[in-house]
Amino acid sequence: MASKALYSQRDPALKKRDDFEDVLEERRNSSDLRYALRCYTPVLYKGMTPCKASMLKTIVLQSEQLHYVVNQVSKETGEAMDIIQEEAAGILEEMAHRLQLSTIRFFAFTLSKAFKALFQGVRVNEEGIQRLQQAIQEYPVVLLPSHRSYIDFLIMSYILYTYDLALPVIAAGMDFLGMKFIGEMLRMSGAFFIRRSFGGDKLYWAVFSEYVKTMLRNGYAPIEFFLEGTRSRTCKSLTPKLGLLNIVMEPFFKGEVFDVSLVPISISYERILEETLYARELLGVPKPKESTSGLLKARRILSEDYGSIHVYFGHPVSVRTLAQGRINRSHYNLIPRHIPRRPSEETQSFVNDTAYRLVRQQEENMVLRPWVLIATVLLQNLDGLDSALLTEQVAWLRDVARSFGAFLDWPDHEPLSKVVSSSLALHHGLVCVAGGRVTLAQETQELSSPEEALFNRAVTVLSVASYRNQILHVFVRPALVAVAMQAAATTRKDDVYGFFSFIRNVFSNEFILCPGAAVQDFEEACYLLMKCGAVQILKQDIAVTDRGQPVLSFLNGMLEPFLQGYQMVCRYFCEEASEGVSERQYVPAVRSFAAKCILSDSLKCYEALSSDLQKNALAALLRMNALKKVKVADQVTLKVNKMAVQTLEDTLGGKVPVQKPVLARL
Amino acid sequence: MASNCNSSERQRIAQQRLKIIAGHLQKDDDREPPRILANDCKAEASDRNSSRTSTMPKRRQEIMKWNGWGYSDSRFLFNKKGQAEFTGKRYRLSGMILPSLKDWFEGTFGASLQHKTPATPVLNSRDVQPPTLNEAFIQDLKPTGIPFSHEAEDRVFRAHGHCLHEIFALREGRFGRVPDLVVWPSCHNDVVKIVELACKHNVCLIPYGGGTSVSSALECPPEETRSIVSLDTSQMNRILWIDEKNLTAHVEAGIIGQDLERALNESGYCTGHEPDSMEFSSLGGWVATRASGMKKNIYGNIEDLVVHIKMVTPRGVIEKSCQGPRMSTGPDIHHFILGSEGTLGVITEVTMKIRPVPEYQKYGSVVFPSFEQGVACLREVAKQRCAPASIRLMDNAQFQFGHALKPQVSSIFTSFLDGLKKFYITKFKGFDPHRLCVATLLFEGDRERVLQHEKQVYDIAAKFGGLAAGEDNGQRGYMLTFVIAYLRDLGMDYYVIGESFETSVPWDRVLDLCRNVKERIVRECKEKGVQFPPLSTCRVTQTYDAGACVYFYFAFNYRGLGDPVHVYEQVEHAAREEILANGGSLSHHHGVGKLRKQWMQESISNVGMGMLKSVKDYVDPDNIFGNRNLL
Repeated sequence: MASKALYSQRDPALKKRDDFEDVLEERRNSSDLRYALRCYTPVLYKGMTPCKASMLKTIVLQSEQLHYVVNQVSKETGEAMDIIQEEAAGILEEMAHRLQLSTIRFFAFTLSKAFKALFQGVRVNEEGIQRLQQAIQEYPVVLLPSHRSYIDFLIMSYILYTYDLALPVIAAGMDFLGMKFIGEMLRMSGAFFIRRSFGGDKLYWAVFSEYVKTMLRNGYAPIEFFLEGTRSRTCKSLTPKLGLLNIVMEPFFKGEVFDVSLVPISISYERILEETLYARELLGVPKPKESTSGLLKARRILSEDYGSIHVYFGHPVSVRTLAQGRINRSHYNLIPRHIPRRPSEETQSFVNDTAYRLVRQQEENMVLRPWVLIATVLLQNLDGLDSALLTEQVAWLRDVARSFGAFLDWPDHEPLSKVVSSSLALHHGLVCVAGGRVTLAQETQELSSPEEALFNRAVTVLSVASYRNQILHVFVRPALVAVAMQAAATTRKDDVYGFFSFIRNVFSNEFILCPGAAVQDFEEACYLLMKCGAVQILKQDIAVTDRGQPVLSFLNGMLEPFLQGYQMVCRYFCEEASEGVSERQYVPAVRSFAAKCILSDSLKCYEALSSDLQKNALAALLRMNALKKVKVADQVTLKVNKMAVQTLEDTLGGKVPVQKPVLARL
Repeated sequence: MASNCNSSERQRIAQQRLKIIAGHLQKDDDREPPRILANDCKAEASDRNSSRTSTMPKRRQEIMKWNGWGYSDSRFLFNKKGQAEFTGKRYRLSGMILPSLKDWFEGTFGASLQHKTPATPVLNSRDVQPPTLNEAFIQDLKPTGIPFSHEAEDRVFRAHGHCLHEIFALREGRFGRVPDLVVWPSCHNDVVKIVELACKHNVCLIPYGGGTSVSSALECPPEETRSIVSLDTSQMNRILWIDEKNLTAHVEAGIIGQDLERALNESGYCTGHEPDSMEFSSLGGWVATRASGMKKNIYGNIEDLVVHIKMVTPRGVIEKSCQGPRMSTGPDIHHFILGSEGTLGVITEVTMKIRPVPEYQKYGSVVFPSFEQGVACLREVAKQRCAPASIRLMDNAQFQFGHALKPQVSSIFTSFLDGLKKFYITKFKGFDPHRLCVATLLFEGDRERVLQHEKQVYDIAAKFGGLAAGEDNGQRGYMLTFVIAYLRDLGMDYYVIGESFETSVPWDRVLDLCRNVKERIVRECKEKGVQFPPLSTCRVTQTYDAGACVYFYFAFNYRGLGDPVHVYEQVEHAAREEILANGGSLSHHHGVGKLRKQWMQESISNVGMGMLKSVKDYVDPDNIFGNRNLL
């Protein structure tokens, strides 16, 4: 079977785990100061032209690329060239990093202290480090870590320093600069700052892209950025942003470098520092503005135990290899390379596919702790369950997850009950164990209003959900098939596929589903279901086996919150906003609608309160033309196509079959 | 066969006698210098053998190797002491010992003198397919008195150029499809007759000049079922006239480069066209492939040098009616001929520009700390349009290669001086011996101007960190290009195969292209299972206003490979793809032949292909010139 070769080449999870090494272990046994001051001589890119951070700026400001745009902008605005050039210099000044070894050493010292206090261990796959070391010497390297926490890039630089690898320069959001001192510290440890949005600003784009490309071409340092663009508040991977990926690939397309290595890196936290913060944010409490004093207040977290961190350095991906047969580089031959051009459609779709591929790689290499399975089980039993039953179900789920190829870090030598209880202990803020029963944590004192109680409950549910979400990527494809099997009129393969591809499309903002890979995903899912014995794939039909029923109903349960949430959004548009709603008001309005539904018991699903889900549902409705954006005097209003929304809701609820039969070659 | 020879021999002797008598009668009218001859070949048939000082006999086998490059007497070998030497007497290097070549050879390729791959010693005629003769054609050919042969050796010699796969097969004694007949016309009219007969009898004609093609252009298409006749132009080698007022010479197209230059030099002139193959390649071949000469900066490439071309096609003879230096008469018909690679007809006579032999020539060289700086310097020289006759920049690997060809030094003093120079450059000036690279220069003109020019170029070089490194280094650099093909034969004796290929590329992409192509070669070799790191090196050989010509050498040790030629071809193919992806051209001067045909469409667009095809269809509807090059 083709899909087997494609999707099961992963090492068995066990073997992968053996190679992790705890970088904190040595820190606990020897002097942090000596570690911070030790001789640091990383291997460098063979084609590197050595230059200082200040020199970089000069190169960028004098580049033909920038001159061209400065000239262009000057012609458009009528402003003098040197004024615009100065503006460019200003942008660069605001953006550029000032990587300094002394700051790195300072961080090496303080972070050692902090990490030892916070974490049981920071485990790194050594094989990945060796691969990276090799890659750094050969071609310019781009590091692409997952983004779940503020400390992601601190962890990254810390690890690279520890292993004597070249320190990266890191693309960071401008909001960090709000924290005056810290911002500058980060700048000196290699961060460069980019504005969150600069849509039409040609000059800004030119300075920014030339800055990044110059560093890449010169092999100045590995470039690090977050494909997901921002921290994922839900711990689900976010659909990738393509801007920076486009920029780092361009030097290859234009022949300025032989190849570029993209290294997906998965950072998984046993317990996320920001866990309840995220939940509150999703529920509409605005995110605290980054400030140094805020950070200091966060000191209390130092007294908590956050378990361990796993950092998995994936296989470097060669852009050249990926682009083989997809990108015709000779298209770049006829126009001078310093003239900026929009990437062709061919290029865009290639970059998009690559981005998805890399995010999937990040997902697959996420180390999953037992707690993730516990959270998954608990969320399907919101009223709590017997601790013995919990243990039993977790064990069952562990086996299913393994057969689906999940990268589980399960302490096999420990008895099951101990594994479960120690996990529960670590996450004592989210669960309570009383009288042999495990339930989600509940505030004990009387609360003034039912809304407040609802809110508190939702914080817990969303926090727990953020852990369940870590394993979603393992189950999402089979779960979509499971949902489709339940909803489809017959057991015929093409009927199931029809609903599968419909629902896959609906959820394509919610989960990482590579565009255009519906058939592949379907085959992969069927293969996994067959492999774990849940279904039999016959010539024309998909048949559920006896053993398969629990697996399928578990998988259905996995997607249930999302199905319900999307239906709720549809209902909102039909019942409350059929006349349209302004885009800005949408989230608060839909949230209060959801709260109302839950309070009136017509909705059981707390996750429907999550603004992430609500935004994804909105994007899906827009994409499916059930909604339309209309711009009236500075305000964007969402116009509702009631028929379409209604149909979508009914289809999701399984009331009507999929509208148009989807033809596909299976 | 023997009878053919005899009859044509007899005919010629008879004609010769007639001519001598006629010569006596017309003596007074004949005022032209002895080697510059009147237009009509019938009138001076006596000249056919006697007064031509051609280097290339009809029987090439008398002086040339049948399965390698160049003259039979000249070759590299490792002597009993394990030292490399170059045999023969023809070249500056001939008879010399090259003490460092062995170490370089073993070090670069991981080759060993213990592991030999000797070539098949003699050409075995029995292995050559018997000829498919078109009897009617031969019957009609005989009365014309044009010599021909279907001897196996003659045919094998004209069945190949010098691509690696061609030579490799010959060394193993393998012969594919070879021409069935070889004809030796001795003038334009002979060619007209041959082409007429070929059309009449539907025979496939493949023009053959110097046989130095590296594009599989001379390979007989295996699918060709007609009798294939190789039309060897080597006997059409006279300079027909020299016009000193206009500085032009009218020359038969079969003349080979060295003969042309030598003969013109005797009259105080030169063409200045010196492609690396000029010892063997012919004027017609240059025109047919759009050749480029080393000294094009002064004299121009072949398209700049030709004033008038005469070509015999199946439709008749094509030529312009005057010798005006430039015309606006629609698209230049010369450009259908230049680069036509033998697909349209046979180029028989060419009027070329000539120049007085320069008063003074001086070699030179400059060492740069890195290839990047060297390229920047060449770019600046091109920008200021002050390029010397030749300026070439070798990368580090090629510099080391050139060094390995240093002959044994005659005195302790020279070796001491060499050591001192090296010390100065690497220690005192801080050049990294593994990064530095060398530009070789050749200046020509009157003495004063040359010295002035030299200073200008060295001044520019100094701005890019370049240090003058002496005439000797420069001269050795140019020698490398003449002996490189002989060196390949040496490599092939010891499991090393390789070849060169070239491209032209805009200035801003030169560095990127060089780096990427070299890297691609290394990476492809690794992927294809080559056990040893390859030699992958380049040099910038020509500068233009808008770009440069880049030349690559690529070779590797193929021990442990089942099908080395196939691996070689895959890597070369990948390298060409890389060139095209990096903005390089399909070819700067080697041409397309059959080797690079697959990329023609993408190179010149569908419409462009259509234009060329329609010309071919009009000129040669029956595909008489059926070598299937180019299209």
